[in-house]
Amino acid sequence: MTDLHPPHLKAFEASVLTGDATAEDLETLKKQSSVYVYEAPVRVWHWVNALVITVLVVTGYLIGKPLPSMQIAEATHQFVMGYIRFAHFAAGMILTVGFFGRIYWAFVGNTHARQMFTLPVTNRRWWYELIYELRWYMFMVKEPKKYVGHNPMAHAAMFFFMTLGISFMMITGWALYAEGAGQGSLPDTAMGWLLGWIGNSQILHMLHRFGMWSIVIFVLIHVYAALREDIMSRQSTVSTMLSGHRTFKDDRPD
Amino acid sequence: MTQIETFYEVMRKQGITRRSFMKYCALTASALGLGPAFVPKIAHAMETKPRTPVIWVSGLECTCCSESFIRGAHPLAKDVVLSMISLDYNHTLMASAGHAAEAALEETIQKYKGNYILAVEGNPPLNEDGMFCIVGGKPFVEQLKHAAKDAKAIISWGACASYGCVQAAHPNPTRATPVHKVITDKPIIKVPGCPPIAEVMTGVITYMLTFDRLPELDRQGRPAMFYGQRIHDKCYRRPHFDAGQFVEHWDDDNARKGYCLYKMGCKGPTTYNACSTVRWNEGTSFPIQSGHGCIGCSEDGFWDQGSFYDRVTNLNVFGIEANADKLGMGAAGAVGGAIAVHAAVSALKRAQKKQEKVEG
Ligand code: HEM
Ligand code: HEM
Ligand code: SF4
Ligand code: SF4
Repeated sequence: MTDLHPPHLKAFEASVLTGDATAEDLETLKKQSSVYVYEAPVRVWHWVNALVITVLVVTGYLIGKPLPSMQIAEATHQFVMGYIRFAHFAAGMILTVGFFGRIYWAFVGNTHARQMFTLPVTNRRWWYELIYELRWYMFMVKEPKKYVGHNPMAHAAMFFFMTLGISFMMITGWALYAEGAGQGSLPDTAMGWLLGWIGNSQILHMLHRFGMWSIVIFVLIHVYAALREDIMSRQSTVSTMLSGHRTFKDDRPD
Repeated sequence: MTQIETFYEVMRKQGITRRSFMKYCALTASALGLGPAFVPKIAHAMETKPRTPVIWVSGLECTCCSESFIRGAHPLAKDVVLSMISLDYNHTLMASAGHAAEAALEETIQKYKGNYILAVEGNPPLNEDGMFCIVGGKPFVEQLKHAAKDAKAIISWGACASYGCVQAAHPNPTRATPVHKVITDKPIIKVPGCPPIAEVMTGVITYMLTFDRLPELDRQGRPAMFYGQRIHDKCYRRPHFDAGQFVEHWDDDNARKGYCLYKMGCKGPTTYNACSTVRWNEGTSFPIQSGHGCIGCSEDGFWDQGSFYDRVTNLNVFGIEANADKLGMGAAGAVGGAIAVHAAVSALKRAQKKQEKVEG
């Protein structure tokens, strides 16, 4: 029986059988594989988090600036603001549980699960690459570097807007919730001290609202960057958050 | 000490009957949220305890606290409480004036050393050595410190003594300072409001006189029984809030229907006070019932929380006047615009690169 394929491709018999693989494809395939970065709990957390934060932003905005008054039924049977606030509080509770779950996973998961919680500020190379990534975004370098985890700019954004930002929203959010839950309740015991310290709840509301806008700004940039990097960088991003695997588009080492 | 009359004796001297006295005890118990079992306890305490004198001093203030106080809803309660308080020294109510008044204050302090309650209306300004408020030829802050030294406890009446109120509003040119920041070594109870509700004032003072201790305080040092909940928690318009039915403009149809005043800037959701339950002027009404939102008068720094008529207010938190929505929306808009431009440039660059590849 004659061998239809060049001998060095033997190992990739299966791919060859699909028919449309060119020799070049097979050459790359041989060198590249993927790195498993985001484990399932991190991925689930990410998408649940994205969903509840969207709910929190929309309902939170409407808590401060409510919808136009509606006359659907007698006040007894109408609960528009009530449902909006309920959705906010429910999402806030899921966010809180999820965040603690994520912290737990930072301990038991892989190294990449820990990246979001610390900044390597003493690492000179990290600073160098932060500037490098910034220059990539300012069109000053031709291509970015490759990263298994977050790139330094994404890393810094995650740390400040998410790790610290979500903590801030949880702290102020639970302090607000404690006001409704009442003195002596569990949220009050846990977070009521914050209002005692800040003084006026109006300030607490406004700090919480400022926090919302910072998170809106993060999400805008984050989603844009995720999509852009998926297309323009040397590695996968969106699919990484879906499958957990980071794939690279070239095989140069850095 | 033994010569000092008991509360009961004082009341009888004022012509209050035994029957009225018992009524008063029952009324006080219910005002303080205590069960019927406490009525005889209060009566017993009043019959056996020597009355506790109260010295009432005034700093930077508008006298609205005194005015509120003497308008207690139940005339009996008011008379009783007034008779229990030493009126030897109270600018508004005392008979004497000038040197005689200052001498009376000194006498009371000496006579009841360590045993009197100091009620403070208003606050001391500290700039220029306190010269912005002079009482009896001396800065008020000196009188305050002097009177506080031998006091058993201090009551901070109203927003002024508790938090500073309008004279302490930004930029606070006289450095008007709440009492607890000047006197730090005495138990202080804050009874904020501009003014506080009369029944709240008499309730607090009665509690302290009968039980010889401060009522249970919350984290900010206010009596929890009156300041434990927000206006919003007990507001009778709350069902309209939950329904999402709001007054949109003054005097619109929703205003006539008595909808929630949230969009008109009501500060009920951020204000701890008893207005929505105790109400004002003998329980007649309170601001929200009259169609105007709460302005948050019993809250720390209520003059500096932006407009009374906005819910999302300007705040001076970052040293500049900032509104979360204006600033946030502006920033988000700018970021959105920048992203659009960045995306366009990115697409262009990418197209260029492809072109180069094809040509090269
Ligand atoms: C990403 C996270 C969050 C965002 C973006 C967000 C956003 C907001 C916004 C914009 C408001 C309205 C503030 C105002 O104008 O008065 C609000 C109110 C509130 N939020 Fe959040 N929030 C978040 C997380 C939380 C969490 C974790 C909790 C805790 C359960 C929480 C509890 C509350 C409460 C109790 C209020 C006050 C509701 C009221 O006054 O009726 N929030 N939130
Ligand atoms: C409210 C919306 C969102 C929030 C709050 C959010 C937040 C986050 C956070 C905190 C991480 C870090 C995960 C970790 O290290 O554990 C992350 C990563 C990521 N997110 Fe989101 N996300 C949101 C929406 C989205 C959307 C819509 C996309 C897709 C278009 C997306 C794509 C990604 C990707 C690709 C990563 C991984 C980044 C990398 O590869 O280094 N996210 N996101
Ligand atoms: S009127 Fe004010 S206190 Fe009453 S329900 Fe509306 S927002 Fe709350
Ligand atoms: S309703 Fe609000 S502003 Fe009015 S008296 Fe009561 S606490 Fe003060």
